[in-house]
Amino acid sequence: MRRYKELVIEKFLLFSALITILTTVGIILVLAIEAFKFFSEVSIFDFFTDTEWTPLFTIKHYGILPLLSGTFLTSFIAIAVALPLGLTIAVFLSEYAPKKFRNFIKPSLELLAAVPTVVYGFFALTIVTPFLQQIIPGMSGFNSLSAGIVMGIMIIPIISSLSEDALNAVPYSLREASYGMGSTRLQTAFKVAVPAASSGIVVSIILAISRAIGETMIVAIAAGQQPRLTANPFVPIETLTAYIVQVSLGDVQHDSIEYRTIFAAGITLFVFTFILNNISHWVKNKYREEYE
Amino acid sequence: MNKIRINRLKDKGFSVLGMVSTLFGLILLGVLFGDIIIEGVQRINWDFLTNLPSRKPEKSGIFTAMMGSVWILLLTTIISFPIGVAAAVYLEEYATKGRLSRILEINISNLAGVPSIIYGLLGLEVFARLMGLGPSVLAGSLTLSLLILPIIIVATRESIKAVPSSIRDASFALGASKWQTTYFQVLPASFGGILTGVILALSRAVGEAAPLIVVGALAYVPFAPKTPMDEFSVMPIQIFNWISRPQHGFIVNASAAIIVLLVITFAMNGVAMYLRSRWQKRIKW
Repeated sequence: MRRYKELVIEKFLLFSALITILTTVGIILVLAIEAFKFFSEVSIFDFFTDTEWTPLFTIKHYGILPLLSGTFLTSFIAIAVALPLGLTIAVFLSEYAPKKFRNFIKPSLELLAAVPTVVYGFFALTIVTPFLQQIIPGMSGFNSLSAGIVMGIMIIPIISSLSEDALNAVPYSLREASYGMGSTRLQTAFKVAVPAASSGIVVSIILAISRAIGETMIVAIAAGQQPRLTANPFVPIETLTAYIVQVSLGDVQHDSIEYRTIFAAGITLFVFTFILNNISHWVKNKYREEYE
Repeated sequence: MNKIRINRLKDKGFSVLGMVSTLFGLILLGVLFGDIIIEGVQRINWDFLTNLPSRKPEKSGIFTAMMGSVWILLLTTIISFPIGVAAAVYLEEYATKGRLSRILEINISNLAGVPSIIYGLLGLEVFARLMGLGPSVLAGSLTLSLLILPIIIVATRESIKAVPSSIRDASFALGASKWQTTYFQVLPASFGGILTGVILALSRAVGEAAPLIVVGALAYVPFAPKTPMDEFSVMPIQIFNWISRPQHGFIVNASAAIIVLLVITFAMNGVAMYLRSRWQKRIKW
């Protein structure tokens, strides 16, 4: 009887673990099936080369490039903000700041990542955009610059926390050797600690990029709803994620081509984040430096 | 100036730069909250918390959205907590180091990196349409449960790992079975860490809007949900809806709703941090 009970419990535990596999399979199947139906009506060639995305208008174009450019533009701005700040913070906290200060600041910074993203969207639309409009006259009320900057602030803790962990794992003896040769803390930090922790730092940056690409509410609120193939950060654009939200909020018939466009946008998004995540695993496993 | 002095100066300079960068984020956070509080705090009163949504900003309340969030939180906890802990227990205590456990591990860390809106597409197709749940509280909760499962599993595994094997050996030596050892020794010893992880995961779920919008949650719901099959809205969606209206009154409403949402989120984070520090202090192996 007891043996039987143990067996049932083990099967339940195994089943729970397998749910995670089912989730992945589910995601891939759902996206692939709906995207397949989409591509039976729209040619893949048009999808990748057409420079207009207007599935909700009378004259329909299905070119993914405008949405992709919107996604990359906002993510690029976000990384341009988060990378220098995040890395400086990580080096400062691990190499300069007293332990007590670090133990207080690190969780506080992580609060930045705990704030719901609608709140950041509100911040971008009602504070950052009006502020930037004073400096840059003629900037539109919806734009990728403001959304990108705020997104950058949101992902600072991803870079700073994970990079700081990586720097912390570098054994102290390496630094002592460097100090012993007369280096300053700055030289030790950037010529010894950062190179030794480089794989961890690269992983943190890749995760931050992947997070920026998948971020939804900030861009849906502050970047606009106008798919546009441009690198101009002052005009309204639309990202893959914002498009999915826009369609989901409207009345779209199931089993219509409009309905399938969100899965086509979804699979594009999934492919990019999937590649980035796998690169980060690969870097983590391949380039991890081990010290005794 | 010689080279040594220049290097020392650079060193000092970076120290200042680092301090400024560190404080930059926190100051921005302060500005953001300050602005929201100034704008929204006078709007928070009993009516705001108990009124139904309305076309007039001064009559609108967050009651339906708040109830929606409570429903979502409750159901998501019921669904994700047992499954997440069970999956973690399987990986830590039962699984043999082989192909399956390696695949499971890689898969879980991959899932953690999938954007939340993709989970929304999964929920829309599988829960709302295939299983016929429609845009219901249950469909939303199932979707969010899948979303936070990786977070719960990772946190639970970490705290189970921290239980020393001597505890397990002692339990086995007394004749306890594997499950008895897990249930009476390992889980109680790691419960603080597990709880911390679950609360942090749930605080993430409370703030999510995108996947629920995709599943079909509405921006305007006239009544609070009464059963898991009812349509619903949640606070982040209500805020999103108010932000996109032109009248200033709705911006004030959005600020007030954000204050309520942030209080909930930070309270959950605070409890989680408190539990973590308490557990770390109490247990010394």
